[in-house]
Amino acid sequence: MSILINKDTRVITQGMTGKVGQFHTVNCKAYANGANCFVAGVNPKKAGEEFEGIPVYASVRDAKAATGATVSVIYVPPSGAAAAIDEAVEADLDLVICITEGIPVHDMLKTRYKMQGKRTLLIGPNCPGLITPDEIKIGIMPGHIHKKGRIGVVSRSGTLTYEAVGQLTALGYGQSSCVGIGGDPINGLKHIDVMKLFNDDPETDAVIMVGEIGGSDEEECARWIKANMKKPVVGFIAGVTAPEGKRMGHAGAIISGGQGGANEKLAVMEECGIHITRNPAEMGRVMQKVLKG
Amino acid sequence: MKIHEYQGKEILRGFGVPTPRGTACFSVDEAVAAAQKLGGKVWVVKAQIHAGGRGKGGGVKVAKSLDEVKSHAQQILGMQLVTHQTGPEGQKVRRLLVEEGAQIVKEFYIGMVVDRASQRVALLASSEGGMEIEEVARHSPEKIRTVRIDPVTGLTDKEGAEVARAIGIPDVANAEAVKVLQGLYQAFVEKDAMLAEINPLILTADNRVVALDAKFNFDSNALYRRPEIVAYRDLDEEDPAEIEASKFDLSYIQLDGDIGCLVNGAGLAMATMDIIKLYGGSPANFLDVGGGANKEKVTEAFKLMLKNPHLKAILVNIFGGIMKCDVIAEGVVAAAREVSLNVPLVVRLEGTNVELGKKILAESGLPIISGNDMADAAQKVVAAAKGAK
Repeated sequence: MSILINKDTRVITQGMTGKVGQFHTVNCKAYANGANCFVAGVNPKKAGEEFEGIPVYASVRDAKAATGATVSVIYVPPSGAAAAIDEAVEADLDLVICITEGIPVHDMLKTRYKMQGKRTLLIGPNCPGLITPDEIKIGIMPGHIHKKGRIGVVSRSGTLTYEAVGQLTALGYGQSSCVGIGGDPINGLKHIDVMKLFNDDPETDAVIMVGEIGGSDEEECARWIKANMKKPVVGFIAGVTAPEGKRMGHAGAIISGGQGGANEKLAVMEECGIHITRNPAEMGRVMQKVLKG
Repeated sequence: MKIHEYQGKEILRGFGVPTPRGTACFSVDEAVAAAQKLGGKVWVVKAQIHAGGRGKGGGVKVAKSLDEVKSHAQQILGMQLVTHQTGPEGQKVRRLLVEEGAQIVKEFYIGMVVDRASQRVALLASSEGGMEIEEVARHSPEKIRTVRIDPVTGLTDKEGAEVARAIGIPDVANAEAVKVLQGLYQAFVEKDAMLAEINPLILTADNRVVALDAKFNFDSNALYRRPEIVAYRDLDEEDPAEIEASKFDLSYIQLDGDIGCLVNGAGLAMATMDIIKLYGGSPANFLDVGGGANKEKVTEAFKLMLKNPHLKAILVNIFGGIMKCDVIAEGVVAAAREVSLNVPLVVRLEGTNVELGKKILAESGLPIISGNDMADAAQKVVAAAKGAK
């Protein structure tokens, strides 16, 4: 098993016909069961056409009706990406994964407001997506660094997720699922939401949680872990050296008003029983130590 | 993106928020002429820089005659204003705001932020005007009133009235305070702000509610649809290296160490800075080349890092996903040749086409130090920087 997605998931790609969408659709389709998973694209101007043998529909609703797909991935440019999420939510999909970086924050505030009371889950925006190794990859991560196994990975950052995965794979530890929740301040699933899923997944034995400066999501997740988590968690927070008031690339990665600092986050995580490391090169080895007891 | 106080007040007036009458000035003569035109007997001469804490640093002065306006303007214009937000080197004052004096009965704080936890715009209000909200939050959090605003209704009359009452605005000025709060919210939403503060908001002797200061920070992701905000940009207030970086779509922040870092991805870039520190070094910058770096971008990134006079060594840390290691390796080799690199360079490549990338580096004939993994690369670059001292 895995969380959120597996080889039987059927996916609609919003923004499939753009340059970025095309590139990643080809890669996702080529990964594991991708050829069966990626069943539809959406572009109102290109309905009826095909890309790589994948039919294009006018709307998410049409694509869902025609294919039975329950998940969508979004590569739509920033100015239209929030509307693309809205469309997927209105079509009542199970899960929407928004890769797009640079969506205005006020657009996301409106979109998240509209999602209240709806059952659709959102991952991202500004995220690498998620992968269940050897089954399905939805997003922009390099598939070949992954290995099927029993460690869950959840992270706010893209390449730092790859770093964690690469270390696990090099030590022989495969992954159940890896989820990039994204670096924006207003987003969908948080660390805590993904952690709950990993906790309930019988095929996940332990989790690596990668966070960064800004906000208090990691602290919230840590407190939940202390009270509820049945599996060991290894944690790293990027940005111990980041100065206050400077945005470190991600819109959400900023220490402001003395809040959101890496040391504070690490202290809370440690207090909550998470096996923290301050060395990003040691995430895999700390996990190894924990699992070997 | 930050703007000046006088620009913020311009925006606020557009949304019905009263501010003192005032004029932005670029010279002493303009300042005196502005004061003359404003009339009255008391003026305030205010340094316009993006950093806060200007008053404490000597950048805000009250003048009771035109001569005083002149001497204050002479003193403030061109000074290196040091505040807790500028760093020890301070920021040069190039613009002034000359305003009519206001009769302050009481000062309040109001601010708005995008609140991550509730995923709403939050209004923060306090009776402790003039103080930094962080200080108030630390010492007397009970004095801060917070309203998380429903995006459909906006800030309602009832909510506004309650907040105004809660922070001690007298009932006679309540309606006007509500208008100010709603105007600020409207400006916040319609201009794509991430942060807005009026500190202090004042109550005048004739029971008017007036914004004595205005601070805005706008969402850089929304600037494409806010040309009127882009027009407010003041490049003098920004770090030249960061301006240069933004031209090439590089995310760059100068720090005070001596090891340059070139990394793909913001999280990995921060982690790279952290690991350098962990092994006893000090990062010279944060630099995220993004997912789509090419030879040109890598070259520009090298040029940026090399402009830093403190630079002693460079670490390139790439985990190639979309970005292929061979493409990066070619970029690094081309850049190192073009900029005639004069500091040790450590390169760590991982991910897609890594073997090909390593081969390109090895065959380039350049004295590139190869890092096997992140820890190895960080240790090598720290040693190289120390050796260069």
